[in-house]
Amino acid sequence: MKLAFWGILMSAALGLICALIRYWKIPVLQRIIGMYIELARNTPLMIQLFFLYYGLPRLGLLLEGSTCAIVGLTFLGGAYMAEAYRGGLVAVSRSQIEIGLSIGLRPFQVLRYVVFPQALAVALPALTATSIFLIKETSVFSIVALKDLMYVAKDLLREGHSTESNLLLIVSYLAIILPVSLIFGYLERKVRFAGFGN
Amino acid sequence: MKKSDQAILKVTDLHKQFDQTEVLKGIDLDVYPGEVIVIVGPSGCGKSTFLRCLNGLEPINSGRVELNGQVITAPGTDWSLIRQKIGMVFQNYELFPHLNVMDNILLGPTKVQGRKKSEAKAEAESWLERVDLLEKAQAYPRQLSGGQKQRVAIVRALCMSPEVMLFDEVTASLDPEMVREVLDVMLNLAKGGLTMLIVTHEMAFAKAVADRVIFMDQGYVIETNTPEAFFNNPNTERARKFLNIFQFEGVHKVQ
Ligand SMILES: Nc1ncnc2c1ncn2[C@@H]1O[C@H](COP(=O)(O)OP(=O)(O)OP(=O)(O)O)[C@@H](O)[C@H]1O
Ligand SMILES: [Mg+2]
Repeated sequence: MKLAFWGILMSAALGLICALIRYWKIPVLQRIIGMYIELARNTPLMIQLFFLYYGLPRLGLLLEGSTCAIVGLTFLGGAYMAEAYRGGLVAVSRSQIEIGLSIGLRPFQVLRYVVFPQALAVALPALTATSIFLIKETSVFSIVALKDLMYVAKDLLREGHSTESNLLLIVSYLAIILPVSLIFGYLERKVRFAGFGN
Repeated sequence: MKKSDQAILKVTDLHKQFDQTEVLKGIDLDVYPGEVIVIVGPSGCGKSTFLRCLNGLEPINSGRVELNGQVITAPGTDWSLIRQKIGMVFQNYELFPHLNVMDNILLGPTKVQGRKKSEAKAEAESWLERVDLLEKAQAYPRQLSGGQKQRVAIVRALCMSPEVMLFDEVTASLDPEMVREVLDVMLNLAKGGLTMLIVTHEMAFAKAVADRVIFMDQGYVIETNTPEAFFNNPNTERARKFLNIFQFEGVHKVQ
């Protein structure tokens, strides 16, 4: 669970940075980020995992299991979060930016006080979905991290509590995912405001 | 105090092109303190573009704009400073939808000018009272009518204490019954001595509010005249034709 938490947090941060770079169309960097997003979203998870757990050590990069999982989650989640933010950013109309500028706000202030709050409201559903997706994927990443519920359950299974442990597994997952959905749902309602523009 | 015979805004041979098409083909205009200038002209003649060049929303290709003798179209202009002195209100009465009326108004004074919130709020309230919207201070934009939103947008610009205000067809997207309330606000500002450049298609209003009328066509200033002379007996054939369009429309509406 700690893994998922850090994974989501880092993904959100990485996603925001990537989205802003693309939003500002920073030369070169935006290309690189475009490729990263394509790569992360279009390669099978298993390949990413294999690279992470078996490829990186080959390259001489030995990461601790949990660090490895967080890196993997962030790589995957960052790309989805970047797309979510981007959807929000482009939803804010050009005229909002111009009005911000016309009252004397500097471009960064326009982003902070005018564009970002509105973009976040639009992006929140997609950000929530990505977060939940990442919580689910945590189990996959923990094949190596070995700290996930699956693992605990596998242990239980091995000891022969199959039905109960499966039940326990599902219940525990729900217990984690449900509150997260609820919290995000609440946040979403708080940030949302009907009737953009007029 | 500046001498009243010195132009606040001095535009010299302003050219602007988008891609290959030249939209402004050498505009000259001096705006004096307290003057109300109304700009009219057919759709697409470059009125909006002209106003947007004056506060740096569009970069210009050649020529010069001076504000109180300072060239503001040279490279390195601090547009944030200039835009505090040249306020602008647009056609699409847009407020910031995530902020209530008061926060819409206070964003500029507090974040740009670093003024104390309490002091800026007092000023905002007195402006809101003057445009009859004080009770809406806590409302969100979606709860306001178009006319109310546009009045808030005007107050938002005024609270930056601009020296010149640009209005680009601020009533063009309003329902007819709301046009008047916005025009009345502008008439009062004119009476109060605010320097304004107004683009409008409301000819009766133009006649009432203008000290000078500028007629533009195809990127040129064709005629500059007093409102009386312009509307009753324009100097140029093109202005006459343009005004005839409105006459004709008027006849149709009556029938
Ligand atoms: N960003 C832009 N890119 C390319 N062409 C533009 C752009 N903005 C305006 N134009 C063109 O410049 C010309 C002048 O436009 P402008 O909006 O200034 O006209 P206007 O006089 O304000 O018209 P209206 O009365 O319809 O508002 C038009 O032909 C328009 O198509
Ligand atoms: Mg226009």
